[in-house]
Amino acid sequence: MYAAMLSKRLTPSSSRRNFLVVSAAGAGALVIGFALGEEAHAEEAANGSKAGAGPKAPPMPDAFIHIAPDDSVTVLIKHLDMGQGVTTGLTTIVAEELDADWSQMRAEFAPANAKLYNNLAFGPMQGTGGSTSVANSWDQLRSAAAAARAMLVAAAAEEWKVSASEIAVHKGRLSHRSGKSGSFGQFAEKATHMPLPADVTLKDPDKFELIGAKTPRIDSNEKTTGKAIYAQDIRRPGMLTAVIARPPRFGGIVKSFDADGAKAVKGFVDAIAIPQGVAVLAENTWAAIQARDALKVQWDESKAERRSTAAMLDEYKNLAATPGAPAMKKGDADAVLAKCAKTIEAEFTFPYLAHAPMEPLNCTVERTVEGCDIWAGSQSQTVEQSIAAAILRLRPDQVQIHTLWAGGSFGRRSTPNADYIAEAATILKASGGKRPIHLVWTREDDITGGRYRPMFYHSVRAGLDSSGKLLAWRHRLVGQSFIIGTPMEGGLAKDGVDLTAVQGIVDMPYAIPNMQVDWRNATSPVTTLWWRSVGHTHTAHAVEVMIDELAQAANKDPLSFRLALLEEHPRHAAVLKLAAEKAGYGTKLPRGKGRGLALHESFHTIVAMVVDVSVTGSTVKVDRVVAALDCGIAVNPDVIKAQIESGVGFGLGAALRGKITLSDGLVDQANFDTYEPLRLSDMPAVDVHIVKSNQSPTGVGEPGVPPIAPAVSNAIFAATGKRLRSLPFDFELLKSG
Amino acid sequence: MKLLVNETEHDLDVAPDMPLLWALRDFVGLTGTKFGCGKGVCGACVVHIDGKAVRSCLMPVSSVSGKRISTIEGVSGKVADAVQTAWRRLDVVQCGYCQSGQIMSAIALLNGKSKPTDADIENVMDGNLCRCATYVRIRAAIHEASRVLG
Repeated sequence: MYAAMLSKRLTPSSSRRNFLVVSAAGAGALVIGFALGEEAHAEEAANGSKAGAGPKAPPMPDAFIHIAPDDSVTVLIKHLDMGQGVTTGLTTIVAEELDADWSQMRAEFAPANAKLYNNLAFGPMQGTGGSTSVANSWDQLRSAAAAARAMLVAAAAEEWKVSASEIAVHKGRLSHRSGKSGSFGQFAEKATHMPLPADVTLKDPDKFELIGAKTPRIDSNEKTTGKAIYAQDIRRPGMLTAVIARPPRFGGIVKSFDADGAKAVKGFVDAIAIPQGVAVLAENTWAAIQARDALKVQWDESKAERRSTAAMLDEYKNLAATPGAPAMKKGDADAVLAKCAKTIEAEFTFPYLAHAPMEPLNCTVERTVEGCDIWAGSQSQTVEQSIAAAILRLRPDQVQIHTLWAGGSFGRRSTPNADYIAEAATILKASGGKRPIHLVWTREDDITGGRYRPMFYHSVRAGLDSSGKLLAWRHRLVGQSFIIGTPMEGGLAKDGVDLTAVQGIVDMPYAIPNMQVDWRNATSPVTTLWWRSVGHTHTAHAVEVMIDELAQAANKDPLSFRLALLEEHPRHAAVLKLAAEKAGYGTKLPRGKGRGLALHESFHTIVAMVVDVSVTGSTVKVDRVVAALDCGIAVNPDVIKAQIESGVGFGLGAALRGKITLSDGLVDQANFDTYEPLRLSDMPAVDVHIVKSNQSPTGVGEPGVPPIAPAVSNAIFAATGKRLRSLPFDFELLKSG
Repeated sequence: MKLLVNETEHDLDVAPDMPLLWALRDFVGLTGTKFGCGKGVCGACVVHIDGKAVRSCLMPVSSVSGKRISTIEGVSGKVADAVQTAWRRLDVVQCGYCQSGQIMSAIALLNGKSKPTDADIENVMDGNLCRCATYVRIRAAIHEASRVLG
């Protein structure tokens, strides 16, 4: 599913396989789309896909660009916008290549269709993740927009009886030196009769006007007025709200239940046992929550997790005593370590983490004459479509997915088994399908409900020669895989190794002649999942803290120590140097303050951070983060900056206090009071610098997360001489002598 | 039960202990006020009651009958305009789900103190969580709105 986030870099050729299709939608609009593969698909696209085209479907669900007679240009967004700003990004790409005016641009979410809206980075499926949205759409949307532009020009040339080469396009206007001019809308209908260009010439990046400039976010207006519609806001006639009484321990199942108390709640409708627990249906949300509180459920916990996280961590440490599956080997790390002048050994532990997007998971499902409608912040549209269809015994094309703004995800909405959408479909079916179901997770369901970033234990040993040169690195990880034993194993595991667990270590840019990495799986009924930046959430921390320790052991400055190891990676070195320069690295800081740095590549984007902290006793304040990144061409620099700010805050919250723990199998945290994310007063100043580049763009949704925790840890060391290795930081360690 | 929301009176048949949040969302039909925690710890549900910022997820609807309730859909005036304009100018929003609550808290803050210090902003806005961590821009937008208001 997410193979691309590991190694595959998109090349232009991967999207040239697609060919353009064109068609006229109603009311004389020009519609441009792509089809993948076989001619049959192209024909379907050209004639209007029947798949999923319900009565409320947009006019041409197979298209990317819709130019209407009123001059509006609508971009169909195949990805989920969960705050990362992809709606603005993809629309900017189209506007640029079309030479449109920003004010005429609109965006709509595309319906589910794996053929038309395949994610070219990890398809065949429609889905969002691995920071691939802009990267996999870049060539696709530029080509589509360039073709649309060429056809508008051809239409104007025919009408004006001039050569197409004499027509200029700027800010949504076509013009000719004779004085003739017209808008896109004027030529939209005629353009549909123009031949589709066999090849298109894309703009020289030096000529970009919108890409690289500040374009206002498309969603700012509706999200500042309460008008933006999320799945949580869908209200359908006759709709019931459903909440699920879930097993208190992972792996528990319903034995029996007593709904007498629930029946006394005004608005209660029904309680139904489903595989996930007991679904409580009511006329409104409050009644559903009250009725669930009054429900008595007996659980069969014979297969449930009853351990505490402390005991689980002990097991991880025991597992680490013996070798795991080899993830990479270069030279002979063990032999060289035995002879190194100096060796450093360190262990790092990482807790379970909940994603806790601000919008608790929810969706609405409704039976229709044609099949079923689903409203959701859908992150894997065609997976969710297929799974809901299977549950409801429909064909996938009978399930219409309405993707809405998502109130955050951070990985949580991207589940291979469609998770909460499958639950809603199950409840719809179990309740007879007569009334639409709005399934709502409460915050407690969310925090205690699993799908956590796995716990991890790292044991690392590295060695230097007498001159301080890094010779060998031995790294063993133990953690619970959400890949092994699932259908994703084919793409995301190799030789028994979960590639998402070791990413960021096996491909680190530092020149180390002898290296060995292995990984051991730990199992539990606790469910786990990718969490914004996946394996990099822990691997970057272990690597970048370790590198700092090695620099110290070598008696070298952490910046020059890193740069010496990056001679073969000039892009990485350039990013690190830029961050250091902008941060004024090397200036002396007052007592009690410290400066630390970290560098990490994830999802093909390289980010460096230089962090300043103030330490008073055991209290640490993160004052400032200076970040530099290389993400190829910066489509929307301000959105990129916002994503780095967001990554800093998300990662810092986890580093300062994020943890999910279990006592006798019961989750100790339940809401934002006990699982407390970063608050405003914790947020440092963030200064972001983007390396100028002409390379194709790479993702920015996740890469801001990995470097923050190690940079803070390294800054705390600089201030105090104490290493806080494990996450979240144990500030008590700053007290001891 | 009568509720005065955004200058419009609504007559609702709801349990008196139902939190105002659910009365607004499920009965009045105003969904701009968001459910985030249900426990008064995230601020996504902040509305104004007689001009004061209140967490609607903890407020029984019976206790606000007859009071003036403003939600993100109806909030207006110089301060509200300045805050929403600053939010747009700085492109504060990301996922946007918490932003109704952020904006309602920020308006109440500026109504009470037109020139808030960083410490004032932290005191009030620490009650509003944002998982996208748009905090740098929230702080900047409040200062910007304050400047515009003069």
